[in-house]
Amino acid sequence: MNEYLLEARNLSRVFPAAGKKTVQAVSGVSLGIREGETLGLVGESGCGKSTLGRLMIRLLRPTAGDVLFRGKNITDMGEKEFYPFRREMQLVFQDPYASLDPRMTVRDLIAEPIETWRLCENRQAVTGRVRELLHAVGVPEEFLYRYPHQFSGGQRQRIGIARAIAAEPSFIVCDEPVSALDVSVQNQILNLLKELKTSRKLTYLFISHDLSVVRYLSDRVCVMFLGKVCEIGSTEEVYNHPRHPYTRFLLDAVPLPDPSLKGKEIRLLRGDPPSPANPPSGCRFRTRCPYAQERCAAEEPALRETDGVQTACHFTEELKGL
Amino acid sequence: MEQTVLEVKNLTVSFHTEKGVILPVNGVTLTVPAGKIVGVVGESGCGKSMTARAIMGLVKYPGKVTGGKIFLCGKEITQLPEKERRRLRGSEISMIFQEPMTSLNPVVKVGKQVDEAVRLHTPCTRAEAKQKTLNMFREVEIPEPEARYNCYPHQLSGGLRQRVMIAMAMICRPRLLIADEPTTALDVTVEAQILKLLEKLRDAGTSVLLISHNLGVIARTCDEVSVMYAGRIVEHGETAALFEKPLHPYTRGLLRSVASLRAGGETLQTIPGVVPNLLHLPKGCSFSLRCEKCGADCEEKVPELRQIAPGHFARCFLAEKEGKE
Repeated sequence: MNEYLLEARNLSRVFPAAGKKTVQAVSGVSLGIREGETLGLVGESGCGKSTLGRLMIRLLRPTAGDVLFRGKNITDMGEKEFYPFRREMQLVFQDPYASLDPRMTVRDLIAEPIETWRLCENRQAVTGRVRELLHAVGVPEEFLYRYPHQFSGGQRQRIGIARAIAAEPSFIVCDEPVSALDVSVQNQILNLLKELKTSRKLTYLFISHDLSVVRYLSDRVCVMFLGKVCEIGSTEEVYNHPRHPYTRFLLDAVPLPDPSLKGKEIRLLRGDPPSPANPPSGCRFRTRCPYAQERCAAEEPALRETDGVQTACHFTEELKGL
Repeated sequence: MEQTVLEVKNLTVSFHTEKGVILPVNGVTLTVPAGKIVGVVGESGCGKSMTARAIMGLVKYPGKVTGGKIFLCGKEITQLPEKERRRLRGSEISMIFQEPMTSLNPVVKVGKQVDEAVRLHTPCTRAEAKQKTLNMFREVEIPEPEARYNCYPHQLSGGLRQRVMIAMAMICRPRLLIADEPTTALDVTVEAQILKLLEKLRDAGTSVLLISHNLGVIARTCDEVSVMYAGRIVEHGETAALFEKPLHPYTRGLLRSVASLRAGGETLQTIPGVVPNLLHLPKGCSFSLRCEKCGADCEEKVPELRQIAPGHFARCFLAEKEGKE
């Protein structure tokens, strides 16, 4: 039986680029998200994490591969057949300034999905629902007829979240929902997302470049590099015992708010991330990897499982002690 | 012997808007000693970037520096005519910004842009300027400097662009480098490289004023830190002391937010409420609306920045009491 709520099988997406070139934003990614789970997706900019999030909820169509929702393949479904699935999958955007129509009031913004899916009988019932939703995300009810520009970033993000849960979805992709916010407000939003997950039985795909944010919210983590999964496993395991060299460097590079670590020599990665338009042969990480050997250039490492964590590296075992 | 590179006293910047006068920088006092990295940390809108711009003399209309004095190596520069101010920029003080793409000219090769900075401040031939640029590219660890010299900004990655900006800022060996969120647009692995480079520059003799919202970046690189809130410095101290024993409730709130995120657990610590609108600041302490320990005094009077422990200052009536806890 299928244990996943949402599953990606060998998902790839190629974008055309200038001069007849192509960019492999996502290539051959397979992963599954269980019901009620939060899967964190981390990686540096341009690694394809947002593209993957959009592919998973069919906001983008894959070049190859399939997406299964509750065991049903939604990739090649007709629009009509897909329609009921659309309500089940929603998205929370990064920029709360750009994702709300400035000419709509809060009431209309949140009512839009309710009306689209005909979840309420009449106008009054819709407004009542909107009030409930505002209450759920912690925005005072008296702001019902205000416009987005009258709110702070944190409150706007709350409105964005209310919009996402208005359709009563079971799955939400959170695409960098707190990276535009200040530290003191960021935690308020994370608390809200966690609370809503429990009270509404939601499943999240949580995309972020901030490793500590992902750690807090996720049950499992997937680390991406240049369109590929390099490590996926339980949050505990991946953070405490990173196996892939990229994961190790990524965790090492995060500056910690602890000045006593200041003198500590940190291991730095060489150079910049390679361009996704022209990825290296074999292992895509090898040009920056200090442990790279000939085999890494010749042969692409497949995801292999050790102790419940899948890692795409030829030398997982050899690097264990380092 | 300790030398002071930059001294800012009571700096005030005001903006006359339709709705009234706001003070994004309100009586800021700062010192950058020679050979140190001093950090300014705060959330968006707290006035940290505006402070940097005021020091550079780059506050744009309708903003205006309306009070205070700025000393560079003991010499007052606040009243200098624009022409002389201009001579200082790039040679004595320089600045790097958050987004290197918007600071570089997209239609000029990056090498030429750095040459321009050399030739503006030192008399030399084109060939000499190019040689200096290439040497500087090597110093900021740009790989294949000759090839990069002829690149346009869009051909470089974010990390390399920031290195070009740093090369341009450092080419005349300024006494002070102001870095305004230099790594915010970069990935963590590249951020770590750039921070290391800043430390190398400091060790080579340039003092740095590092502005950031990221407490981790501050903890990793700075020798001293000032925390800003709503246009004022609310706490200042040596990095280790400030992180270990924060005296101001705002600093404590920030540190607790970050720490609880790292520790995990059910509910994250937050600072209740939002940053106040600069047009409607509370009468007393600007943090009073969000402070859990706010007393009667706090609502009425604005606290002064006072020394609580040696070298550790806080703008809070309750700082002594809190410091002991």
